[in-house]
Amino acid sequence: MRRALLLFVVAVASWARADDARRSGFDFMSPGTQAMQRDDMQNPGMLWVQDGEALWNAKAGARDQSCASCHGDAATSMRGVAARYPAFDAAQGMPLTLGQRIDTCRQKHQGGTALAPESRELLSLEAFVALQSRGMPIAPPDDPRLRAFRERGRQWFEKRIGQLNFSCAQCHADNAGQRLGGSVIPEAHPTGYPIYRLEWQDMGSLQRRLRGCMSGVRAEPFPFGSIEMTELELYLARRAAGMRIETPAVRP
Amino acid sequence: MPARALIHMPPTAKPGEVIEIRALIAHPMETGFRPGNTGGVLPRDIIRNFVCKYNGVQVFAAELHPAMSANPYIAFQTLATESGALVFTWEGDNNFAQTETRTITVT
Repeated sequence: MRRALLLFVVAVASWARADDARRSGFDFMSPGTQAMQRDDMQNPGMLWVQDGEALWNAKAGARDQSCASCHGDAATSMRGVAARYPAFDAAQGMPLTLGQRIDTCRQKHQGGTALAPESRELLSLEAFVALQSRGMPIAPPDDPRLRAFRERGRQWFEKRIGQLNFSCAQCHADNAGQRLGGSVIPEAHPTGYPIYRLEWQDMGSLQRRLRGCMSGVRAEPFPFGSIEMTELELYLARRAAGMRIETPAVRP
Repeated sequence: MPARALIHMPPTAKPGEVIEIRALIAHPMETGFRPGNTGGVLPRDIIRNFVCKYNGVQVFAAELHPAMSANPYIAFQTLATESGALVFTWEGDNNFAQTETRTITVT
């Protein structure tokens, strides 16, 4: 019976893959790294998630409020939230990434100080919030106010930059699955951010990853939190729409 | 704030059963060989020892060295003998010391 069930699961999984030609970075990894991501007790990203849970429940800021004071149990209130970010923020008149949303909420409602990009606190909260959407399909909102930003994101993705004069698309769309040096070029679907990257020996956001590629082609990377970064995130989310969220993912 | 650790082991076991224990701890494991942003060598900061004691008896120990990755993950097996506590201790440079305790029921 168990065996039949396993066969069924495998059949469904391969059918789902056949239906969708896109592949997550997970599919390009070695079996060892895949096992590391699958097992929450081996996945170092869970250390940040654990921190994020503590921060979620800890009172902070001038108002002495915790995230949980307003949002309650993250398992219900934050389910699916990460799947739809970046989203448009009417108050600021621009799209915000998940990290910026968390930081804005922290400053506005908790009276806290801004969290630095890539800080342990921000990555932990982001990982904890995104974990609540694990397994759900990426669902970028069809908000007309986002269209112009997303279109600019597509242009950034296709624009040649840097001394090496490469665009994101030349590697990650035209030559995905091929090798660059010893590593396989993945398709650049942001399915598991923030990720634990073995190369970094650390947790990092999508923007850190994007900056890594930009300095790789010897371009000046966009700053953390810049609108260009958000635009790229918006386009990448649309490109990966429907793919499952894996946060916290492990990548080589 | 103590370092973060994730320990996985079965809460219950039969006498004589081999149980697997997995311990992951957050630590930078700075090798002492890398240059920092200012050009100087970053001082070494690693975990030196890991010890697991089962009701006071050492069942596993490891020495860690500079080439080990950040956030070291150690998995090992032991025999479940009696109910009690497993005490995990990590010790390292800069007076790093962390102790975690997990209990097991053997019936």
